[in-house]
Amino acid sequence: MHELTAPPDRSLALREPVERPLPLGERLAAIGALRKGLILALLAALWQAYAVWLDNPLIFPTFSETLRVLITDTASGTLLLRAAFSLKVLLTGYVIGVVLAGLFTALAIRTRPGQDLLETLTAMFNPLPAIALLPLALMWFGLGNGSLIFVLVHSVLWPVALNIHSGFKAVSPTLRMVGRNYDLRGLGFVAKILIPAAFPCILSGLKIGWAFAWRTLIAAELVFGISSGSGGLGWYIYENKNRLEISSVFAGLLMVILIGLLVENLVFRTIEARTLRRWGMHA
Amino acid sequence: MSATDPAVPLLDVRGVTLRYATERRLVTATWRVSFRVQQGDRYVLLGPSGCGKSSLLKAVGGYLSPVEGAIHLKGRAIERPGPDRMMVFQEFDQLLPWKTVLQNVVFALIEGQRLTKAEATARARHYIGKVNLTKFADSYPHTLSGGMKQRVAIARGMAMEPDILLMDEPFAALDALTRRHMQDELLRLWEDTRFTVLFVTHSIPEAVKLGTRILLLSPHPGRVRGELESDGRDRTDETGRTLSERIHEALFATPDQAAEVIHA
Repeated sequence: MHELTAPPDRSLALREPVERPLPLGERLAAIGALRKGLILALLAALWQAYAVWLDNPLIFPTFSETLRVLITDTASGTLLLRAAFSLKVLLTGYVIGVVLAGLFTALAIRTRPGQDLLETLTAMFNPLPAIALLPLALMWFGLGNGSLIFVLVHSVLWPVALNIHSGFKAVSPTLRMVGRNYDLRGLGFVAKILIPAAFPCILSGLKIGWAFAWRTLIAAELVFGISSGSGGLGWYIYENKNRLEISSVFAGLLMVILIGLLVENLVFRTIEARTLRRWGMHA
Repeated sequence: MSATDPAVPLLDVRGVTLRYATERRLVTATWRVSFRVQQGDRYVLLGPSGCGKSSLLKAVGGYLSPVEGAIHLKGRAIERPGPDRMMVFQEFDQLLPWKTVLQNVVFALIEGQRLTKAEATARARHYIGKVNLTKFADSYPHTLSGGMKQRVAIARGMAMEPDILLMDEPFAALDALTRRHMQDELLRLWEDTRFTVLFVTHSIPEAVKLGTRILLLSPHPGRVRGELESDGRDRTDETGRTLSERIHEALFATPDQAAEVIHA
């Protein structure tokens, strides 16, 4: 038996520091942005090398030429104007879609038939590509923003509703009982317990909805984009293809990617850091 | 606490039969169970799994309606959950993860008791201090240990100053050392405020240590086997058996059933 008051055994004393910094290489390798930046630089170099070797700017312009067009067209405001036009339509459709999804789910969660209706509708419409509705939309709403917003709402509503709904359903019985213990009922219960508790699912739904909306919009603009004198990014790509300005087509595509990345990394990452990560609620 | 009239109990459970439906069948959880809890009691529902003790607690909480019999709190029939009967659950996820320790208690007080923000904050700080978590008032639940989360849940329940605190095996998911520590702390808190608590457990030592009165339930379906008093010290009676031994015999007539109990 060891006596608790026995003097410590000298031979067991710790002879190295309890913690020490990792070597520089390992610390740099731990930075995700650095690793991904390296991959991007490598891809750009490959692109440049292939395009120079191919030497056919009509089919595959060089990276430097694409970058030059991207910068001049951004500086002149053309690209930004087109992007702003796209984003305005996009945000309108996105917000309408998300609000509808929220209302729909909040009502559906409270009754069994409502839940069945929501599940049936999302099962039917979620796999239907929004762009497939464009011909109908053109017939109903004419050549203009109305049709674009219609297909956008369709592309956002179902995936977002599906995510919110499965988020609500996954809220633990314990948390539900806690909410009812405080006498929370109806919409108060939805707003104060279900929505925050389902927030990981809701946020991932918002992200998916955003990605769907962005793709749908660009695709729809490629089919028809001109309305009230100006068009969006999709139209910019289409127009420049017709004029055989292929480096502009590439610049337009690059802009689409950049905006997508920007929203993902700035908007959604910030929301995630302020909420889910602080609450320890990783989905 | 002054002596109350035992003829009008705080909680009166009379002939309660509980049934709940699973996907395929209708299960009878308890069969005509009756008991009475007086003001200031530490009343323990004890029995092996399947004796309906948690279902009984949920029925008192208002989450489950009896198919037969009645439950009255202070003479009023229980219809639905309410802040006059605060639950403390076994699960660690009973705290709202998007709120800090303080916000969790404040939210309960504002929603359940309609206190103002200032009143709620003052009362919440008082009770968080009682469970020795003042330093962690601004921490989010996911940064706390299991024992600390349960202490927050207890502080939240006490802060609501309910007629009765309902505890559903709150220490069952804790390690043995933390569990003993929490049991001592609960007794200390009770000495302090003398709240009424209805406590569910499947552990005989826990029941003997925490309860002033212990209701023994047998399983499939849950029926009352008897009611015993305890002073927390597991004394030997005139027949030479300890309270634990008497409970054990009452609950498990045959030796193979005895294997079901968990000695915690």
